[in-house]
Amino acid sequence: MTALDRGQAGLEVRTPHATGSLADRPSGAKVGLELPHEAADLHVTGAALYTDDLIMRTSGVLHAWPVQAPHARALITDLRVKPAYDVDGVVRVLTAEDVPGVNDAGIKHDEPLFPSEVMFHGHAVCWVLGETLDAARRGAEAIEVDYEPLPSLMTLTEAIEQESFQGHQRTISRGDAAAGLAAASHRFTGEFEFGGQEHFYLETHSSLALVDENGQIFVQCSTQHPSETQEIVAHVLGVDSHAVTVQCLRMGGGFGGKEMQPHGFAAIAALGATLTGRPVRLRLNRTQDMTMSGKRHPFQASWEIGFDDDGLITGLRATLTSDGGWSLDLSEPVLARALCHIDNAYWIPNIEAHGRIAKTNKTSQTAFRGFGGPQGMIVIEDILGRCAPLLGLPAEELRRRNLYSAGQSTPYGQPVRHPERLADIWSQLLDKADYPARLAALEVFNAEHPHTKRGLAITPVKFGISFNLTAFNQAGALVHVYKDGSVLINHGGTEMGQGLHTKMIQVAATALGVPLSAVRLAPTRTDKVPNTSATAASSGADLNGGAIKNACDQIRDRLAEVAGRKLNIHPADVRFHDGVVTGIGFHDREISFAELAHAAYFQRVSLWAAGFYRTEGLHWDAERMQGEPFKYFAYGAALAEVEVDGFTGAYRMVRADIVHDVGDSLSPLIDVGQIEGGFVQGAGWLTLEQLRWDTGDGPNRGRLTTQAASTYKLPSFSEMPETFHVHLYEKATESGVVYGSKAVGEPPLMLAFCVREALRQAAASFGPPGTSVDLASPATPEAVYWALDAARTTGVADRAAGT
Amino acid sequence: MTVSRVCVNGEFRPLGEVGGEITLLDWLRGSGLTGTKEGCAEGECGACAVVVLRPDADGDSSSWTAINSCLVPAAALDGQEVVTAEGLGTPAALHPVQREMAVRGGSQCGYCTPGFVCSMAAEFYRRGRGGSSAGAETEHAREAPAADHEHGPNGFDLHALSGNLCRCTGYRPIRDAAYALEDPAPSDPLHTRTADPAPAPVPATTTGPFGDYVRPASLAETLDLLARHPDAKLVAGSTDWGVDLNLKHARAELSIGIDRLDELRTYDVGADAITLGAALTLSEIETRLAGEVPLLAALFPQFASRLIRNSATLGGNLGTGSPIGDSLPVLLALDASLVLGSTVGERTVRLADYFTGYRQTLRRPDELIVSVVLPRPLAPLTAFHKIAKRRFDDISSIAVAYGLTLADDGTVAQVMIGIGGAAATPLRATATEEFLTGRAWTSETADAAAAVLAAEGTPMDDHRASSAFRTAMLGQSVRKLFVETNEAQQLGGVA
Repeated sequence: MTALDRGQAGLEVRTPHATGSLADRPSGAKVGLELPHEAADLHVTGAALYTDDLIMRTSGVLHAWPVQAPHARALITDLRVKPAYDVDGVVRVLTAEDVPGVNDAGIKHDEPLFPSEVMFHGHAVCWVLGETLDAARRGAEAIEVDYEPLPSLMTLTEAIEQESFQGHQRTISRGDAAAGLAAASHRFTGEFEFGGQEHFYLETHSSLALVDENGQIFVQCSTQHPSETQEIVAHVLGVDSHAVTVQCLRMGGGFGGKEMQPHGFAAIAALGATLTGRPVRLRLNRTQDMTMSGKRHPFQASWEIGFDDDGLITGLRATLTSDGGWSLDLSEPVLARALCHIDNAYWIPNIEAHGRIAKTNKTSQTAFRGFGGPQGMIVIEDILGRCAPLLGLPAEELRRRNLYSAGQSTPYGQPVRHPERLADIWSQLLDKADYPARLAALEVFNAEHPHTKRGLAITPVKFGISFNLTAFNQAGALVHVYKDGSVLINHGGTEMGQGLHTKMIQVAATALGVPLSAVRLAPTRTDKVPNTSATAASSGADLNGGAIKNACDQIRDRLAEVAGRKLNIHPADVRFHDGVVTGIGFHDREISFAELAHAAYFQRVSLWAAGFYRTEGLHWDAERMQGEPFKYFAYGAALAEVEVDGFTGAYRMVRADIVHDVGDSLSPLIDVGQIEGGFVQGAGWLTLEQLRWDTGDGPNRGRLTTQAASTYKLPSFSEMPETFHVHLYEKATESGVVYGSKAVGEPPLMLAFCVREALRQAAASFGPPGTSVDLASPATPEAVYWALDAARTTGVADRAAGT
Repeated sequence: MTVSRVCVNGEFRPLGEVGGEITLLDWLRGSGLTGTKEGCAEGECGACAVVVLRPDADGDSSSWTAINSCLVPAAALDGQEVVTAEGLGTPAALHPVQREMAVRGGSQCGYCTPGFVCSMAAEFYRRGRGGSSAGAETEHAREAPAADHEHGPNGFDLHALSGNLCRCTGYRPIRDAAYALEDPAPSDPLHTRTADPAPAPVPATTTGPFGDYVRPASLAETLDLLARHPDAKLVAGSTDWGVDLNLKHARAELSIGIDRLDELRTYDVGADAITLGAALTLSEIETRLAGEVPLLAALFPQFASRLIRNSATLGGNLGTGSPIGDSLPVLLALDASLVLGSTVGERTVRLADYFTGYRQTLRRPDELIVSVVLPRPLAPLTAFHKIAKRRFDDISSIAVAYGLTLADDGTVAQVMIGIGGAAATPLRATATEEFLTGRAWTSETADAAAAVLAAEGTPMDDHRASSAFRTAMLGQSVRKLFVETNEAQQLGGVA
């Protein structure tokens, strides 16, 4: 019995709809069932294969090791590879001269695969292939490189001072920010610099490349974007895309880190395979992964905001500067999304938000779950958290008053559809979390405990779903029905743990009216479904689900014709349910899906189809930053309670409550998993995870000092909320999306702002009422200690002044 | 001479040509068992966890013990029994731990999962785990099911998973899977196996391209070998050396496995002193002492992770001499002494005198640490304050340990303070000790002592914390101690 079969015993909650629209669910739908991950049984037994596990099944594999530069920036004046060949087991050194095509690992052509100028500490200068990993490593150590160090920029402050920027600078504006600020009763200004985040997918970057007969390249790769990996491998090798096939079995986590970053590593492996004729494996160890691959962008924000006497925002002016690192990568769309989310869930009538990308000598920062959304939203949440005490309002009240309401639109001109869901989610959450009683209990607790304080905070999320770039909102699928009625599906999305494949099996089983066990899903590969978009922007299920349903509908329509003849009814009256095909109403004849497939074959009816989906109604003017780039918004709110030790700043999360809108869930266990996991990952970014570079002028300038699990701390069991309630928002059908569902991958990460705000509240409680707390991000125990110490000291100073 | 071999998932596999540099993880994956994963190669993430059979204190029975396979040399497992996720169950026949993890959404990307399953299995089989076998709720909304946030109703100790990181789930479903486990079935072969002793260590030498791994039969043989090869690497739990092997590509021509030498595994709780063998693992000490030394009981849950404590030894923590080893301030506050052995005999040195500089100690190259001796009586009031970013499994930025004795008149009769992370070596805070001795133990005294303690040591700025924060934390520690001891006295107990 597979995990999916077992899960069928789970609850079924859907009611039948009239068939027709994409959002409608037939009776007996397999979507909506609470199923475990389709590969759970393989995960727990160690049977699930990841890219690097394949080397044990491949003979003659060569191993790759990089030569990493020890400078933040330097010219390479000489590169002597010969000593590497004196090392036993070294087979080949790969350098720029070996590249037959374009020496570039990106799509912007600003990322040389083999650089002549080192742009960050740890930049790979060349690669060594060895019979063993150890031989490749020793070969790399033998290579002699001469460097001429150049001046480098390590911090946002340095980059801004020297006006080191890259890419477009964009502005979102609406109304008149200056007038809005001038009319305000209360005006505040501030600056805020906050850190990035390492993806720390448990599986590091990994590729295995083989060359078939006639130069056909086959690359197995841990990639969220097989089509782009294929394109970049092709341009590096100077071949057409049809000569390269990329396959991704599954990833051990992606989180955006494998959207752009795998391409160069795959290209190195492919280049090695073509030059040696042998399979080449490239797997980064953790240190290499952390020092070479891009991360979430750190940002700096400066802002000025105005409020009226009721605490309503009258105007906001802000400048966001992201730290893009050494090359553009995805920095431009990340910045665009940050600007598009600076409003979070709040109506800002007058706004002018500028964005720019600093160029520094760090890893090239890239996509990370939320893709700039978190960086835009943290700015407004930080502002509201700091300003609430100054306005004399509880933060909960200030936030609630400013939530979007009916008829309003975003600063980029998109109407905010269903804003009533925000208010409803907010009140449901306060109710489910027993907020008033807990707030009262917290006040008692804080009064009784001089050295320990608790904080309780609620924050909302409104996150736009769709790629900002309209063209990416398309997907393809390939569905085969075999003569025995079994179904094989293939789609362009990749599985990184988010449960996409589970959902896609449910979609296919629902659309074809067959049992889950009749559907098998084949690994993602570019020779099955071409020209795919990255599995990113939370859109995997929306897009690929739409494409699979389209393919299944085509097949089902053809089968209905065959069935109609067999059952002697009109094709429109044929019903497919759990592998049985019959007629509408009380029709007394039925045949099995397998019999029908068999019959269709003998009538020469095609049993397979290519499906396609494009998200309708999107438009976006990237220069003016206006349009309707998003199909819809995902909504949610979260409430966190924390307890802070006044001696040390150490804290724990006592409880978290969440109400989140996933539309009508395709797969509730999967969706709850995404919400919980996203929340904890977001809390990690905001509280614990701290990237530190050596910014001094010593010999290690530019070195990432947190380049290991021992120095870069992710949430462990001790960071899980001790009590954790997640509620899916009910009766939430989203029209126009596959089976009425909503995307879930990214939005929950931003639910974690409540944790940071609860820490701010707790720190403030060490001072007198009305204390405004400036809290660093990440809010490590040290940061919380300095914040509460300042609150405490302010209190002492105020009392002294008062006497 | 017999062929060196390891029993993996019930089948013996020849160890092959492995010196001390091939880790168990690499060896397992190289033999085709790719279920065990490398996540960090430094014992922090637990993706590599496997279970090994270890002897119980009585020697008659044994326990499945989870360890990081990325750190331990494969050669150290010669003759031993290892079980990986593949050996616990198969997709067609899941182990109870695997079933709970699968159905509750305990895996998303699945990469950390085999390691979690192994850590969880070791706790599943732990003798005396106890508790009722009631399962956790399966609704989305879940209360933490036990009164204690770190133990399940089935007695499952969440600290068993403190060395496993998951980046996908947020841990809640994994906790629910752990708390839903029932007792092992009487017929469960891994359960019944623990009624019998673990395999005896096999004194042998294995040879690889970079050097030898030797497991001597006795301490005398070890000391003789060490006298002839003072550069040899002494390897007990390999929790520090394994990191050097993997990340710094350190290699030793000769590695000497000392983790199973009886002479280094003494355990004696006497009237005047407690003697702890240098090669007892921290978990073994934790289990056997069962709270007998409250300061150590406070230390253990904060010392790295269960996976590390299952391998790490006090001898190792003292042998590397790192200023941030968490046991060192505690042992300083306990006024511990070390017994050092060599071919010329044994000598005892006070720990307070042992450290001479950054990773420098009084130990000669031909000596090894035999045991740690804690004098009795123990101070009645003790505390261990560890400052770190994360509560589970993190390295201290500052650690302070106290042993405090108050006179009947409320003055400080005696105090011993050990601090780590404040200088190139762990320190006794002698100035603070002198300041406090004889003074009334009051809030004002604590405030004044805070300034003295804050001035001891020369903390630095690094990625873990700023020097200003470290200094502030030294001072705050004394204030916190006062509040803690005050509360403890009011409750009529001791910390």
